[in-house]
Amino acid sequence: MAEFALPANSKIGAGQTYKAPTGAKNTKVFKIYRWTPDDGKNPSIDTYEVDMDTCGPMVLDALIKIKNEMDSSLTFRRSCREGVCGSCAMNIDGTNTLACIKYISDVKGDIKIYPLPHMPVVRDLVPDLTVPYAQLSAIEPWIKTTTQPPTRERLQSPEERAKLDGLWECILCFCCSTSCPSYWWNGERYLGPAILLQAYRWLADSRDEAKGERLDQLEDPFRLYRCHTIMNCTKTCPKHLNPAKAIAEIKKMMVERTI
Amino acid sequence: MNSDLRTPLSRARGLGSARQGVHHWWAQRITAVALIPLVVWFAISLIMMSGADYAVVRAWIGSPVVMVLLTLTIVIGLHHGQLGMQEVVEDYVHGEGMKLALIVLLRFIAVFFGLAAIVAILRIGFGG
Repeated sequence: MAEFALPANSKIGAGQTYKAPTGAKNTKVFKIYRWTPDDGKNPSIDTYEVDMDTCGPMVLDALIKIKNEMDSSLTFRRSCREGVCGSCAMNIDGTNTLACIKYISDVKGDIKIYPLPHMPVVRDLVPDLTVPYAQLSAIEPWIKTTTQPPTRERLQSPEERAKLDGLWECILCFCCSTSCPSYWWNGERYLGPAILLQAYRWLADSRDEAKGERLDQLEDPFRLYRCHTIMNCTKTCPKHLNPAKAIAEIKKMMVERTI
Repeated sequence: MNSDLRTPLSRARGLGSARQGVHHWWAQRITAVALIPLVVWFAISLIMMSGADYAVVRAWIGSPVVMVLLTLTIVIGLHHGQLGMQEVVEDYVHGEGMKLALIVLLRFIAVFFGLAAIVAILRIGFGG
């Protein structure tokens, strides 16, 4: 059956508390999921009191401040710090988002930070995204043509190009896929919203000549049809994209070629 | 500990695409649309016959239009229910043996009750 409870070795215990430096007047409490493969212990929630007067406005600023000044063992991914790389995707205040574009001031009370849900954890806030990356490879996200390439650019009308808007902006942070219950229960076989949006990005591209084969590869009770329009993907997307609509467009194409 | 040494791409590709599923999805939509008027008709009919005695209801079921609509409601409803329950099984039941057994059982149940309902309606209509 689907896993509704955490396995015994994933049950979360209480962790350590790191106090703010004495004299700090404006503090905010961060409760952060900690787990390391090295000590054989269960995960825990560590508490960090961060001095907001010397901290930047974003959750990522606080994480970097904690790592620099309070606890260097805290592990997380980050790179661009401006919402274009997708590295710092995590569950903040109950919603998957990017730590670098999430304002600390948007969260009332303590800020709870967990790794992306239902993925194996490598350490602390770092999820193992091997399967979604492999699923991305499996849909072959590149242009496929049979016609000889032209000697210049492949032409596209402004209207045809407009169909890619809302698709090309995806940064593959996997906030959407890891918010999707269908992906939690059947992540090995269901492709999930992030990958299906990528698949539609190529189905919607007027320059691609492999639509039929792409649809053949997607038509599957699990790969595509585990989507039940739950809409968590669209709700959580930090780039304000609409993976649910992309999936609906694929389903429409599936019907279109049968009638 | 880890007995799965397949590459990630091999896991992602699995046994490949089933190349079916659109029929199931489309049938679910069409049966849903068909059920809207049928269920409304059925509900209104039941309300209008509240308090009617056995003979009146039997006569109502036995009229040709009602026989057709009632059969449609039950057969399409069972089909729609079977399609939906199969989705639930595929979502939540991960043991392959149990999944297969439940999917087959759901079909048997739908066919059995559909046939039973049709026989009952025909018997009333054609005076068994």
